[in-house]
Amino acid sequence: MSYVFNKEIECMPIEEKKVLQGKRLRDVVERVYNTVAPYRAKMDEIGLKPEDINSIDDIVKLPFTTKTDLRANYPFGMFSAPMDDIVRIHASSGTTGKLTVVGLTQRDLDDWSEACARGFAACGVTKQSIIHIAYGYGLFTGGLGAHYGGEFMGATVVPASSGNTNRQIMLMKDFKADTLCCTPSYAVYLADELRKMGLTPQDLSLKQGFFGAEPWTEEMRKKIEEGLGLKAYDIYGLSEITGPGVATECEYQCGPHVQDDLFYPEIIDPVTLQPVKEGEEGELVFTTLNKQGIPLIRYRTRDLCSLIYEPCKCGRTSLRLARITGRSDDMLIIRGVNVFPSQIESVLIKDKRISPYYHITIDRINNLDIMQIDVELDRGVAFDEVQEIEILKKKLTADIASAIGVTAKVNLVSAGSIKRSEGKAVYVTDNRKI
Amino acid sequence: MLVNQIAVFLENRSGRVAEFSRVLKEADINIQVMSIADTMEYGILRAVTDDNKKAIEVLRANGFNTAATDLVGFKVQDTPGEMCKVLEVLEGHGINIAYLYSFARAGEDYAVILLKVDDNQNAMKILAENGINLIEDNIL
Repeated sequence: MSYVFNKEIECMPIEEKKVLQGKRLRDVVERVYNTVAPYRAKMDEIGLKPEDINSIDDIVKLPFTTKTDLRANYPFGMFSAPMDDIVRIHASSGTTGKLTVVGLTQRDLDDWSEACARGFAACGVTKQSIIHIAYGYGLFTGGLGAHYGGEFMGATVVPASSGNTNRQIMLMKDFKADTLCCTPSYAVYLADELRKMGLTPQDLSLKQGFFGAEPWTEEMRKKIEEGLGLKAYDIYGLSEITGPGVATECEYQCGPHVQDDLFYPEIIDPVTLQPVKEGEEGELVFTTLNKQGIPLIRYRTRDLCSLIYEPCKCGRTSLRLARITGRSDDMLIIRGVNVFPSQIESVLIKDKRISPYYHITIDRINNLDIMQIDVELDRGVAFDEVQEIEILKKKLTADIASAIGVTAKVNLVSAGSIKRSEGKAVYVTDNRKI
Repeated sequence: MLVNQIAVFLENRSGRVAEFSRVLKEADINIQVMSIADTMEYGILRAVTDDNKKAIEVLRANGFNTAATDLVGFKVQDTPGEMCKVLEVLEGHGINIAYLYSFARAGEDYAVILLKVDDNQNAMKILAENGINLIEDNIL
């Protein structure tokens, strides 16, 4: 068994961990009740007091938190710590173009770094390791999260960020990185480019890689492992809870271990909002047990999956996540970026020349996500010159790219040609095999 | 003089041109001249019919995005170099042509050329001054 970063916590007997979780839950509920007005209002509404929370099992009494809550209190309204103590801001895209903003205190950053470090260590990363990080750096938590995790455990970090694939390969080759962090689709792309450059995995020194920020499959795992000559591990996270490292696989690759002393997972039925039976699939919900900046109580991730309760061969006692199988809302993940159809809608609705009807088609071509948006012309609009159409397409392409953060191919179609649906609109066809 | 043209947006889907002609057939409209500008993803069908007003009405009712545009039309001798002469005149006056198409009927010794320019009046004035044979309004 490889090195356990924090043996006391990671291998803590389950009953003992429950006590720790219960104590932390009571603490965090007390804090949000006293410092976050929206939480106080939610709890007062159902007559719940912090004193009613005495063990981790009492968590089911607490109200849920959603992305809508964060949006309604944009940007800092859900923060619990004063701005004096907030040292970092991160953000991800929201459903209407408004960002979901989080703030972290120094202790939050340390907890996050440790969560990442625990996952790295569980898969063979050591102080001698060189970690090549090809996640984007910025408001997105991928780059900086993995970065601080690597530094926290004393490894050497190469902050390559995203883009310029040839340079990425040169850096990995020359610096002899043994660890790679990036999105799984980019890892497959890197493997292809490596081959095109006439190189083989033996020209690199990679031993392990951590891939997350978008759903992937066992088939992709095989492809990445063969193409880059490493062992590929699943890392799960979301900025609202902290970022990468909320859960990371161990050397046995049997589902990410949740750092459940910090982030408590539940699975609920997204319709009834009741907890499902142990091991059943439903919506993943997280409570940040130790957070100060923006603690979230029962935050609905909208990711669908189940929890694995069987003890892991590695000796860690934490719960594990099964593969994410989908979403309980309409969020799409395109090249690692969260995209909501409503963001696209808000761009289309502003242009009088097009109708409100559209259809999104997503394919994965050469391991890159390609999004096409069929946009319907308004009945009264017509053109007799190709140039006019090209100008409209260019404008829509640019507006959509600036709204969602990824480029989509815009395809204009005649008025009335997009199928109208009765009831729930079906405006997405996802052809990716995930 | 001016020739009224209809232009239809065609997305890249099989059977669209056939649908277009079916709609006109059912309304008993005759197509006099037609051309298609195609790109990778869509096309624009341009046509002159014997009743553009009615054509636009029935096409729009059938979901075709249809535009009406006035083009400058003129006749030239159906012999080599005739079109070149006209284009040189326009070029000499800095007139930019967005698109152009032409046709010649069997048995006739002239061809008709239709062109789209920014300023129809100016283009017609220049053509007339240079002795180019403009056609009568909407008579092909």
